Amino acid sequence: MSDIYLDNNATTKVDHAVVDVMIPYFLEQYGNPSSIHKFADGVARGLKHARQQVQALIGCEHDSEIIFTSCGTESNSTAILSAVKAQPNKKEIITTMVEHPAILSVCDALEKDGYTIHRMPVDKAGRLNLNAYKNLLSDQVAIVSVMWANNETGTIFPVVEMAELANAAGVMFHTDAVQAVGKLPMMLQDTKIDMLSLSGHKLHSPKGIGVLYLRRGTRYRPLLRGGHQERGRRAGTENTASIVGLGKACELALEFIEYENTQVKAMRDRLERGITEQIPHCFVTGDMNNRLPNTTDIAFEYIEGESILMLLNKAGIAASSGSACTSGSLEPSHVMRAMDIPYTAAHGTIRFSFSRYNKMSEVDEVLKVMPGIVATLRKLSPYWSGDGPVANPEQAFAPTYS
Amino acid sequence: MWDYSDKVKEHFFNPKNAGAVVDANATGEVGSISCGDALRLTLKVDDDSEIILEAGFQTFGCGSAIASSSVLTEIIKGMTLDEAAKVTNQDIADQLEGLPPEKMHCSVMGREALQAAIANYRGEVWKDDHEEGALICKCFAIDAVMIEEMVWANKLRTVEDVTNFTKAGGGCASCHEDIEAILEKVLAEKGEKFDPTAAPVVAPVKAAVAKAPLTNLQRIKKIEQVLESLRPALMADGGDVELVEVIGNTAYVNMTGACNGCQMAAMTIAGIQQRLMEVLGEFIKVVPATEMSKLVSIEVA
Repeated sequence: MSDIYLDNNATTKVDHAVVDVMIPYFLEQYGNPSSIHKFADGVARGLKHARQQVQALIGCEHDSEIIFTSCGTESNSTAILSAVKAQPNKKEIITTMVEHPAILSVCDALEKDGYTIHRMPVDKAGRLNLNAYKNLLSDQVAIVSVMWANNETGTIFPVVEMAELANAAGVMFHTDAVQAVGKLPMMLQDTKIDMLSLSGHKLHSPKGIGVLYLRRGTRYRPLLRGGHQERGRRAGTENTASIVGLGKACELALEFIEYENTQVKAMRDRLERGITEQIPHCFVTGDMNNRLPNTTDIAFEYIEGESILMLLNKAGIAASSGSACTSGSLEPSHVMRAMDIPYTAAHGTIRFSFSRYNKMSEVDEVLKVMPGIVATLRKLSPYWSGDGPVANPEQAFAPTYS
Repeated sequence: MWDYSDKVKEHFFNPKNAGAVVDANATGEVGSISCGDALRLTLKVDDDSEIILEAGFQTFGCGSAIASSSVLTEIIKGMTLDEAAKVTNQDIADQLEGLPPEKMHCSVMGREALQAAIANYRGEVWKDDHEEGALICKCFAIDAVMIEEMVWANKLRTVEDVTNFTKAGGGCASCHEDIEAILEKVLAEKGEKFDPTAAPVVAPVKAAVAKAPLTNLQRIKKIEQVLESLRPALMADGGDVELVEVIGNTAYVNMTGACNGCQMAAMTIAGIQQRLMEVLGEFIKVVPATEMSKLVSIEVA
């Protein structure tokens, strides 16, 4: 059995067709697109084509609304810092408690500078309260930044509706869509979303390339200043090969978006059903009815995630965990805490995330080993006895805090 | 994924003594479910000899927590309770051929479960003697609680102060922002404001420009002076240091009180050594006095 990769929300394999279109930009068309000689004369055309391929995937009106950046994180930082810099009188930001650190850390830093950050909570299924959101919108808010889909649970937020509400209140709206682009159909020109971040390596293009979509007419301040690249909105010599690769990856993603929502979803569903039917005391986290088609996040109670990952890895299976130990922090994932998942389960969450490269036979392989792995670790757990959890687990084992 | 040693993997994949000892007469339960690590250690102790006949563990935790529990049971089986009480978290980490700094607390949890079990057997109540916080300085394994306590105890004001007193921030410097956040927080609690340009709390002792090499007597006097200046910081942590012997450029010290067996002892010794070198302006090696026995036996041989 070859190794099984179910960690596609972390990063993806680069598609072979993507590598193929990139190679000439390393070896032949390596000229600087700003230069006027034959080593560069095809590069500008390549970039233009890539811009149009990205445009097609996200459905924006103009290809000039695409700004190439180095990654999703840069796009996120640029979006938020641009909004606050362009509107110096507005001192509030609205976001959620379950955003990626690429948003939360920027907000934390701005909070130190005197900004008021509204971090909207979520319910046990990871959903937002839109009425509470409406009440937060005001002319004091510089920007709303809400992720399109959550990286851990796959839960989708109603960003199109939220952008309409923000627009009506005269507030700029940004969405971190790195997990959603290529998995959910989108037509940005029909929305009121002002800015959107996407990341190449989440959709089978290389790491080190991202995009900030910037709606025409949106007030903007660059993060990196320098040359005239990207119309002066993001200085620095273009990462030509990766941009062309990202373009190809977007073209492929558009082609496979239906496959993603049928075949990939079928694999995810089969794995999820198989695990929850075979293994007692585990449950799916997030909004079951409104999720990315490729993601399932399952909490295995009374055991710890890193241990599960180590045993999975030994069996040749790659996945992720929201446990504290995988990150080196003392708390389990902030997403699990925000959903009020009990500690005995939050530390044992495993995220399986699929791509179009996975096969149904791989699902069966995972289903073969998963019950044994969970049983092995539960045998070691002070919360487990025989075939089930000890009665009143929280009372039966109440260790001295150390 | 962590860079675990083969020994950690061996104990994780094939744990020894997993499960509760059936007729145990000593139990220790430590850990914190919110942090994702908790351990129950059960022992069967022979009532006459106080020898640990059997040891078993049940652990909720990551790979290194399970490995630390497993190796702990192997270490203590066959020991008397007095011998077992001397097992340190460093012994556990050493047996595992090392742990990543973020994971040292797993070995601490092992030692504490053992102490709790011994206390339980003797009818005593074990009390946790330290609180552990989020790891701030990864270079020297210093956590937030330790930094906070040092800031309180020594009225520290700047990142430089914190580095001088705890070593935190003295390596790659990536934690300086986190240290500033701690300073801001603690100073706010004291009703003061963090000022990054504040003068250092203790003016660093300038390295003496040694014209001639120090005589042994001068060296001992200076070492005593430096230890005296460091003592308040150690005592704030419930520990102390005692100079036992100086042979050439090697100073043998006893770490006492809370420093004895503390996971930070090695770190503290390194800190003392650095300060001594700064002040004496020559190379000084600081070694635990326990190493002296080895030295003597070599000389005899």
